[in-house]
Amino acid sequence: MELATFLIQLLNGVQYGLLLFLVSSGLTLVFGIMGIINIAHGSFYMIGAYLAWSLTGALGSFWLALPAGIVLSVVIGMLLEWLVIRFLYHRDHLYQVLLTYGLILVFEELRSVLWGDDVRGVNIPRVLSASIPLTDTQSYPVYRLWISAVCLAVAGLMYWVIQKTRLGMMIRAGASNREMVQSLGINIQVVYRVVFAAGLALAAFAGMIAAPVSAVFPGMGSQVLIVCFVVVVIGGMGSVKGALIASLLIGLVDTFGKVVTLEVGGFKVLPELSSMTVYVLMAAILLWRPEGLFGKKL
Amino acid sequence: MDKNGSKFDRRDFLKAGVAVAGVAGFPAIVRGQGAKIKVGLMLPYTGTFAPLGVAIENGFRLALQEAGGKFAGREMEFVKVDDESEPSKATDNINRLVTRDKVDLVLGTVHSGVAAGMIRVTRESGVLHIIPNAGFGPATGALCAPNIFRTSFSNWQSGFAMGAVMAKRAAVKNMVTIAWRYAAGEEFVKGFKDAFLKGGGKVAKELWLPFPNVEFQALLTEIASIKPDAVFAFFAGGGAAKFLKDYQQAGLTKSVPLVGAGFLTEGVLEAAGGAAEGVETALHYGDGLETPKNKAFRLAYAKTFKLQPDVYAVAGYDSGLLFDAGMKAVKGDFGKKADLIKAMEKVKIDSPRGPMSLSKAHNPIHDHYLRKVVGNENRVMSVAVKALDDDPAMMAACKM
Repeated sequence: MELATFLIQLLNGVQYGLLLFLVSSGLTLVFGIMGIINIAHGSFYMIGAYLAWSLTGALGSFWLALPAGIVLSVVIGMLLEWLVIRFLYHRDHLYQVLLTYGLILVFEELRSVLWGDDVRGVNIPRVLSASIPLTDTQSYPVYRLWISAVCLAVAGLMYWVIQKTRLGMMIRAGASNREMVQSLGINIQVVYRVVFAAGLALAAFAGMIAAPVSAVFPGMGSQVLIVCFVVVVIGGMGSVKGALIASLLIGLVDTFGKVVTLEVGGFKVLPELSSMTVYVLMAAILLWRPEGLFGKKL
Repeated sequence: MDKNGSKFDRRDFLKAGVAVAGVAGFPAIVRGQGAKIKVGLMLPYTGTFAPLGVAIENGFRLALQEAGGKFAGREMEFVKVDDESEPSKATDNINRLVTRDKVDLVLGTVHSGVAAGMIRVTRESGVLHIIPNAGFGPATGALCAPNIFRTSFSNWQSGFAMGAVMAKRAAVKNMVTIAWRYAAGEEFVKGFKDAFLKGGGKVAKELWLPFPNVEFQALLTEIASIKPDAVFAFFAGGGAAKFLKDYQQAGLTKSVPLVGAGFLTEGVLEAAGGAAEGVETALHYGDGLETPKNKAFRLAYAKTFKLQPDVYAVAGYDSGLLFDAGMKAVKGDFGKKADLIKAMEKVKIDSPRGPMSLSKAHNPIHDHYLRKVVGNENRVMSVAVKALDDDPAMMAACKM
């Protein structure tokens, strides 16, 4: 592989990894702090993409659609927590899986009723629609670089909120001992509602900013859901730092797994088995560290 | 987890009761010649493919309407089943139509996996089966049967037609293919290679993605570093829209022309938002096909359903024409099924797509057109391959 090609592939891997982080960070947040396994996380990603599509149409601008979409998804998140999720805190994981699986079906049907089953597209906002030429045949879209920058900014923001603010302190305390926090006079119910809404908004936001480079289509959530779980498992359940590192690892492994040729004993391993690379990575890491890279000891 | 354990609920009981009452109420003679023919529509009515299922049903109903509401004097009675494009439910659904509802003709379906499940049952039971979309090769290959017909296409055909066009272009010697690695993707690419390699072309590299992965960036970089003369691609639906956009944004559109199997640009042009402009594909139907038959069909369809017809509606319509021709040959006597099948095999259909006949294995032999994306249309430019038959390897595998 030429050096230029290698560097571009590296960029591809990092860029994909950062987007993965944005989608999966909400999942790991909700699990790590609230102990809820949320299978419907992929649906929030899809909802975000459809919000970007419909709001861009309604408001006339992607830049207006973004904040409006975030506000809407926070509201949806709060409602959802109040309606169903709060009844799950003291329940077994199986109940959580069942209920959130039900939510997937509800959201798919709502999507079908509200927005139909057609494939939709969102245009890249004009300011970011340029491409930077890298080689004589390939150029890199500015919008993709912008996505990476946004993902990094969100990662920084999350770190700051959780580690440096009063809200973050309450969140961390609530994660380790719910009853104790409550007896100190903090309304943990409200904290959880905020965390769940933030988790949902993160996934929806990822869907929104991915909408212009992806297409908007039914079932798009289930495609990201599985890889999100792989991120969370590799990174360690509930660790935001782990999710970031795992996302980057997966981005790179997935990218190079598709283009590197590897033969073992005359049998073509890569790229023939590229669909497995991510899972092989997960299995290897779990053998080495069953709790994931940054998870709490099991 | 057997949620289908007790199928016979109250509603079924009532229906069965009404059916028994209905049959008992008529003298036996009425149920012979004049009775309605039962048509089972096993199509997707929910999910991503729902619009396709509706288009196919509409097409079939239009053919019936144009025949005066009857095929050879016999009225049709429809039984609808939503197949949900769910292969795991295919056997249950088709069994319901064949065993419980005792339909005479099955029309279905869109999804190849579901159609494969249907064929297993219809081959056994011998019920007449018309496939109005699913393009997987074995349906008219190793799994062929006298009672199974296809009015749509085989995946191989669309790939082959595009390969034949590229082989004729002097400037194109070296190409790259990219597709999802699953049965349909492999059939499209095989068709393309069969024609392109035979015409002296070379495929520098076959790129594959696991289905339904849509992370194309790494492979686009690979294409840019290989610098082929052109790229042949197959994706469909949301994946196709994303691929077209990614391809354009990677700056490849200018240096490496993109061509594809027809479905790359079918139903996704609005979503691709201009990224597909100029992309060439091959298929047996397209926009701006100025034949009198097509004009009349489009007008009638738009008038009846307040919708624009598409390639799926055409297949539904042709299914109706095919069945009508068979019924006319036996003068509406469905009991003469062997004669009816023989007549359907020989039929020459004046289809909106152009003239269509059937191969020995019951797959359409029809012209494939070279189309180019202009705005929101797949504009027909020329005939890519005239009267294209199916993959010889598939036909050899058909024993009947």
